[in-house]
Amino acid sequence: MTLRLRLLLAFTLLTIVTAAAVAGAGYVRARDAIVQRAQDNAVIETTNRVEQLYPLPARAVDAATLERIAARTSGREGSARAYGNGLSAGGMDPSVITAELRSLVSSGRVGWQRVSYAGAVWLVVGMQVRVTSGGPSGIEVYVLRPFTSEIEFVDELARNAWLIGGAVLVLALGLGFLAARGVLRPVRELQLAAWKLGQGELSARVPVRGRDELASVASTFNSTATALEHHVGELRRMESDARRFVADVSHELRTPLAAMTAVTDVLDAETASLPGVAGQAARLVNRETLNLTRLVNDLIEVTRFDSGTAALALDDVDVADVVRTCLRMRGFSEVSASLPDGVRARLDPRRLDVIVANLVGNALRHGSPPVSLVLSVSESSLVIEVADSGPGLSDEVLPHVFARFYKADSARGRSEGSGLGLAIAWENARLHGGTLVAANRPGGGALFTLRLPLGGEA
Amino acid sequence: MPRVLLIEDDEAVREGLSLALTYQGHTVDAVRTGEEGLDLLGSVTPDVVVLDLMLPGVDGFEVCRRIRASGDLPIIMLTARNDDIDVVAGLEAGADDYVAKPAQARVLEARIRAVLRRSSAPVTEVVAERHGDLTIDRDGLVVTRFGKPVSLAPTELRLLLELSSSPGRVMSRQQLLGSVWDQGYLGDSRLVDACVQRLRSKIEDDAAAPVYVQTVRGFGYRFGPL
Repeated sequence: MTLRLRLLLAFTLLTIVTAAAVAGAGYVRARDAIVQRAQDNAVIETTNRVEQLYPLPARAVDAATLERIAARTSGREGSARAYGNGLSAGGMDPSVITAELRSLVSSGRVGWQRVSYAGAVWLVVGMQVRVTSGGPSGIEVYVLRPFTSEIEFVDELARNAWLIGGAVLVLALGLGFLAARGVLRPVRELQLAAWKLGQGELSARVPVRGRDELASVASTFNSTATALEHHVGELRRMESDARRFVADVSHELRTPLAAMTAVTDVLDAETASLPGVAGQAARLVNRETLNLTRLVNDLIEVTRFDSGTAALALDDVDVADVVRTCLRMRGFSEVSASLPDGVRARLDPRRLDVIVANLVGNALRHGSPPVSLVLSVSESSLVIEVADSGPGLSDEVLPHVFARFYKADSARGRSEGSGLGLAIAWENARLHGGTLVAANRPGGGALFTLRLPLGGEA
Repeated sequence: MPRVLLIEDDEAVREGLSLALTYQGHTVDAVRTGEEGLDLLGSVTPDVVVLDLMLPGVDGFEVCRRIRASGDLPIIMLTARNDDIDVVAGLEAGADDYVAKPAQARVLEARIRAVLRRSSAPVTEVVAERHGDLTIDRDGLVVTRFGKPVSLAPTELRLLLELSSSPGRVMSRQQLLGSVWDQGYLGDSRLVDACVQRLRSKIEDDAAAPVYVQTVRGFGYRFGPL
């Protein structure tokens, strides 16, 4: 249940209870007072009429007398019936007189009762008529009087009570809504700012209003965000400094290397004529110059991925062609490749070449033969799986296999590669919007799975 | 052997490349700046220019444009950083090919040989072919449009000859890299795209709606159909 709903429900309940208490109690008191007064008036009036009959003739009661008594007590709007000597007379329907009322009246008291009759509410008042001497005459008179106007008045009261209650409820809901908004707006602002912060928008802040608890939460949030922004900024600056340093070093190394690399071919051709040790030394310099060049080229490639300046040179290619050429040119003849024809994709063939060369080269160096490569298509992606039959990747190695300069065996020295091959392969896959995943095959051996979108027209 | 004009500002690299190219048998004129290179072009006639893009003063792109404006001398640029933006800008400025530094002399040598290679397409017809408003003389290596000769850089000419040798046939970028740029292994497809753009701007009425060199999406390029 949301905070808003809870607040609104609380307001509603409070309003209903208060309105019911105030309006309900007022209504009940007013209704009782009105009904009581009306009944009292009716009884007094009826009693007065009956008293006007006195003195009654002391002879035996007959039907004509009863008729006369009824007629004189009925009044203008009502009707009456008189009982006596086993007879009854009058215009009033006897069925409205309940047994309860009759027994009350016959015990000598004045009785009254509200009844429903002919679609309206009436009041029946009954009493005994006394002879002059004070003893009972044996005559009972019942008068039926309309009670509708009083009931209507009470109904109106009830209607008004409901109406006022409803209006107050609406007003209370409105107030509740406003109060909820007042409380919830800062909460929502906090939520939005926290979300932005999570999305990396570290400049997100919330306005601080007033001096309440919410304001203190908001100002704590702001100071936390400021601290976070500062720390992250510091880290980013340090990281970008480090990266720029690597990039600068690589570029600085590249120029002297360019001069050295240019003459390696000259040296190569001349080493044969150099005497023994000098020839060996020249060959060593040559070989290591080329290794250093490869390392620096890889470093520069990595810095270009980091700085986002690496770009795709897209071409429409037959994937099997590219992979086949890659394997042939690198002399990877011992790889058993399954390369179905007709897999066309829009990608950077030279980057695909780098990925495949690194994966296969890695499998041949660190795994055991046979190494297999399988090309397939699945869900508008091309899938290349490179598997070896070695011991596979241990649990410690697996998470770091694409890390830069990560060496599975720390005791081993410099390998043939630069230590950046798999990292570069992974970055190349990402640059294409694809993935490169390392895993172990159930039967043993490492399995690298490359997925690249086919691109072009889908 | 070909004469090479080498424009490179770093002394060690200039010396290394001069040594290596001279060792291969080339005559090398090595200069430090673009201005010196352009001056030298007035007095000597090299067969190919090897041009560093990062030069003090007049930069490599400008040198490239000036050489291209005054003739069809083959240009190979040296990109110091293998920077994609540099490569694309250099190709747009009219370079025929590029080599990323550091490069072994044999790589540069292969690129020089490729741009200097005459079209290997078998020449059988003696008469010039007519394709719409274009006339292609395979023997004399002259292309005319509305009767006027069109000045084409070496790779532009070879690309046009290659495509028009079998009109209507689609050739992939990698095929064209092999036959025009002599890149036996995976080449940079941007070489083809940039060259096609330059060629279109010279022979098409509307380079945005090409008639002669048409793009076939998902495959490559073809000549015509007209």
